Amino acid sequence: MSAAIVFGLCAAVAVGLGLYGLITDPQPLRKILAFNILGSGAFLFFGVVARRGAAVGLGGDPVPQALVITGIVVAFAATALAVALLLRLFEATGAATLSWDRPLDAPDDPDA
Amino acid sequence: MSVALDVVTIVAVSGGAFFFLAGTIGLLRFPDTLTRLHALTKADNLGLGLIVLGLLPQAASVRDGLKLLAVWFLVLLAGATVSQLIARVARQDGPPG
Amino acid sequence: MTIATTYEVLLAVMVLGLAVWIVAARETFAAAEGFVAYGLLLPLIWVRLGSVDVALAEAAIGGGLGGVLLLSAAARLRSTEMAVAAARPGRTLHLTAAIFSAIVALSLVAVVLFLPEPAPTLAPTAVENSAATGLGNPVTNVLMAFRAMDTLLEKVVLLLALVGIWSLAPEQLWGGRPGPRHEADPRGVLAFLARLLCPLGIVIGLYVLWAGADYPGGAFQGGTILAAMWLLVMMAGLTDAPEIIRRWVRLTLVAGPGVFLVVGLGGLLLGNAFLAYPAAYAKPLIVAIEIAMTLTVAATLGLLMAGPPERRV
Repeated sequence: MSAAIVFGLCAAVAVGLGLYGLITDPQPLRKILAFNILGSGAFLFFGVVARRGAAVGLGGDPVPQALVITGIVVAFAATALAVALLLRLFEATGAATLSWDRPLDAPDDPDA
Repeated sequence: MSVALDVVTIVAVSGGAFFFLAGTIGLLRFPDTLTRLHALTKADNLGLGLIVLGLLPQAASVRDGLKLLAVWFLVLLAGATVSQLIARVARQDGPPG
Repeated sequence: MTIATTYEVLLAVMVLGLAVWIVAARETFAAAEGFVAYGLLLPLIWVRLGSVDVALAEAAIGGGLGGVLLLSAAARLRSTEMAVAAARPGRTLHLTAAIFSAIVALSLVAVVLFLPEPAPTLAPTAVENSAATGLGNPVTNVLMAFRAMDTLLEKVVLLLALVGIWSLAPEQLWGGRPGPRHEADPRGVLAFLARLLCPLGIVIGLYVLWAGADYPGGAFQGGTILAAMWLLVMMAGLTDAPEIIRRWVRLTLVAGPGVFLVVGLGGLLLGNAFLAYPAAYAKPLIVAIEIAMTLTVAATLGLLMAGPPERRV
């Protein structure tokens, strides 16, 4: 049971958990959180591939590591944009979902 | 000599781990925010301090040892500040009902 | 089971436990707190996988900035908790989602267990070609030289996300200052922390940038630390968020991709390909690009966190 296998299994479970949270939770912020877990699990896969590619004295293959660093930054940028959209929706409509059947105490759409 | 250093490391790190355990139990079991903060600061100050102290003999050079101490200092700073801020908000909210 | 494997299994179990907490917690604020802890434990996994640069990036960007972003959003959206909780989907959707997620997770487990042996790797190629840049950190080599195009496009993506966030402001507030005015006590604890930590943080951020040439570190990690220091100073009320219409803000934001593009086009005109570094000047060029990139990353990440403009003055 090398490190790669242990963390590969961890990555697979993280992806599954993130996917489940993304589909079932009605609140967009929880979906964003679950999406981040899904993304981190996918990045861990790259990490497992990098670890298995350790050779010529390096601890890991540097190419997947560079891809993951790029991925982490881009994922954060996407999360920031998603959160900004959600907060704008909340400011504009007073509700935090896009559901058609809004709960009764949400105000009607006031123009921003 | 290195056996003595290893013994110091094991004793200090175990002491640090005990304080972390105590702090975590306090966090889970104490009744309100202020007492929980009190428990957490034990974990930060004593727990991390003992662990850093225990790792100092194992440091590769003086500079690495100074880096470990800097880590402890920064965690102390952050912990103390955040505890003050949380305690201020907790005091404004008043005692729990 | 060796001690190392026991440690790894325990670490994986803790991280997965936190992931379950994030998905299953009742309150969104509690889930966001769990996300901060998750983002700080993941780097330990990355260190075990031998990727220290990624561990630094994950701790700073994923745990640090991402945690702050989601915590503040959860706090602002607290009033919608009860209303949205009423809209929970029914049992069938939960069951279908669970089965689907389990299938995906199991297929990934199968992929992990049947990865090809011996593992294909680009490490020898990366090490052979490292003489082209003279840098000691192989990941920095890949980021700045071998896959420099990806890094350039990533800077542009960051800028696009920022423009997307700015575009959410109402028409009359365009060009204003993002975020509320933070009125912290100038002699209070937060201001003290900002005054004490900020100079330290700037030194550490610049050191991480500089050391990234030969040791783990780099422009993204250093830039994120600088962005965090800027955010701390803004939150302590010691400085205000800048108006996004100011020229220095715009120049700082385009400095990174701009310098990158200029060097790339220079490589096209004077060398043999876009982003080709002439061998003698490779290291100074890369360092110059990294310095510009760090400034841009710091400004962009800070402004991404600050959000769309909310006031004019």
